[in-house]
Amino acid sequence: MTHTPKMRSIWYFVGLVLLTMGGLVFLAAVIDYIGGTYGNTVLAETRPGLWWGGIMLIAGVIFFVKNRNSVHD
Amino acid sequence: MQTISLGIIDWLVIASYFAFVLGIGYYLKRFTTSESDFFLAGRKNSSWVAALAFLSANLGALELLGMTGNTFKYGISVAHFYWIGAIPAMLFLGIYMMPFYYSSRINSIPGYLKLRFDEKTRVLNGFAFAIMTLLVSGINLYAMALVMRTFLGWDWDVSMWVSALTVAVYVTMSGLMSAIFTEIIQFFLIWFGLFLVSIMGIIEIGSVQDVLNRLPESLNTLWSTTGDPSQNGMLVSWAGIVLGLGFVLSFGYWTTDFLVVQRAFSAKDLRSARMTPIIASFFKMALPFIVILAGLVAIALSQDPKSGFALLTDGGQPNYDSALPLLIQRYYPTGLIGLGVTALLAGFMAGQAGNISAFNTVWTYDIYRSVINKKASDAHLLWMGRVATVAGVLISIGTAYWAKSFPSIMDYMQAIFSWVNAPLFATMLLGMFVRWITPNGAFWGLVAGMGSSFYLFLAVKYEWMDARILTMSNVASDMAANFWRAWWAWVICFVLTIVISLFTKKRNEAELVGLVKGLTAETAGEHVPFLKRPEFFAIASVIVLVILNIYFW
Repeated sequence: MTHTPKMRSIWYFVGLVLLTMGGLVFLAAVIDYIGGTYGNTVLAETRPGLWWGGIMLIAGVIFFVKNRNSVHD
Repeated sequence: MQTISLGIIDWLVIASYFAFVLGIGYYLKRFTTSESDFFLAGRKNSSWVAALAFLSANLGALELLGMTGNTFKYGISVAHFYWIGAIPAMLFLGIYMMPFYYSSRINSIPGYLKLRFDEKTRVLNGFAFAIMTLLVSGINLYAMALVMRTFLGWDWDVSMWVSALTVAVYVTMSGLMSAIFTEIIQFFLIWFGLFLVSIMGIIEIGSVQDVLNRLPESLNTLWSTTGDPSQNGMLVSWAGIVLGLGFVLSFGYWTTDFLVVQRAFSAKDLRSARMTPIIASFFKMALPFIVILAGLVAIALSQDPKSGFALLTDGGQPNYDSALPLLIQRYYPTGLIGLGVTALLAGFMAGQAGNISAFNTVWTYDIYRSVINKKASDAHLLWMGRVATVAGVLISIGTAYWAKSFPSIMDYMQAIFSWVNAPLFATMLLGMFVRWITPNGAFWGLVAGMGSSFYLFLAVKYEWMDARILTMSNVASDMAANFWRAWWAWVICFVLTIVISLFTKKRNEAELVGLVKGLTAETAGEHVPFLKRPEFFAIASVIVLVILNIYFW
């Protein structure tokens, strides 16, 4: 009997990409925050990497967890 | 300008993108075993997957940079490209045209022309589309290398070859499916990578209304200044917007350009295929909140000397395309810079993959099998598709070097669509909705439409003809000339197709069943509740479109 592999859902890969990239952006912002440094960009004091990276990370986790067992339809 | 410097984490973000697209291409290769898998992604995508790919195939980075730059030049009226210049055509495709396309089980748009008319019309369009696609693909590649060199200081050859070969590898491995997967990833990266620019701009200036209040009326209204072309940024009247952009250019592109329509063909059933452009229309309407808003923020900042914001200049002329990269540099710290650059790279590469996957399909089915090897087996066609992918990428690289040595071919890019797509829309419209249109009428009408559009372009460019004759007004921008040239090419093709059809041999109606309205049973969605039908979602899309236009009137 042959085993037909199931293709993973695209949303699983979207989750992985957002998780990885969001994680890296968040990490860069955390390093700055812990070091007490700001970049030399406009509005750096709002720490966009922290909240935007965080939003991306959460979106990635949601996509990844919801679709970790789903197959491409 | 000092080039944008990248930290280790920025490089990791960029490297992870390359790793993901190559890894996904390799993963999908095991599922690509037939020519249907390679060229049509097995026709098994849901409407959401097909819709996001449909939208993303059109969303190249060149468009993002160009439209933000155009907004700086022409103001908010550039939003017409996303609203009146896209939504009606996308809905028309989903509601009226998709049943003919999808039900005839064609592999490409030229394939429909073969079934409805004849082989010569198919080959004519196949060649025109293949040349257009490779030209656009090469110019995109050139533009990407230019952006990367200007803003990041990257080596010209390295950026071009690395991104082009990456696209060649993953499209060769798994065809349309890997192109679609990366287009969807690109869609998310563009939102996460670039929407923050608009958000930061709003935070800095105060509110959307504050941004609009800083602009003159000619730049901050959509319709109220279009009664007199000299009063709006694009120097175009409402008639030019509606007829040229809203009707001909938009319908020509969104309903006949195989690059985008191929994504709908990959849907698993007719309802999903019809829903594809309709779902995409909602996301299309949201895109101005990235590109247009960023362009408006750039204008507002440039008018405030204290902001320190100014566009780059080339030979004393403002470089409008520098607006978006300069805003990224202004607001993005380490980490986010890598994300912003990745979003642009993803846009370039997904656009490249879209062009190449459309090219390999049209080449293989509509030129190779139609003209060169009519008895090719399915396995041979799959092999040919892979060869065409590599060849298409190499030709694109050649075109990119050509563009580098002859930068004015960039000017032709907008015009190319009006040469190929605008007359084709007249052919398609008549072919689908008028049963007595003949093969010779379609062929010669198309030849005349494409030829006249090309001639009008040359006539205005080399001043054999005053652009104001074309636009029927006292002022004329390049944009206005594009709109009106498309309109006249459509009219010429439309009228000649009808006239020639009156005097040439018609096809037997029995051969046209399933291809022409009136000869095709209309069973789509018969038993589906209204709230789940494509028509319901199309009405919702129209309502949103009307609200947006009234709000920014």
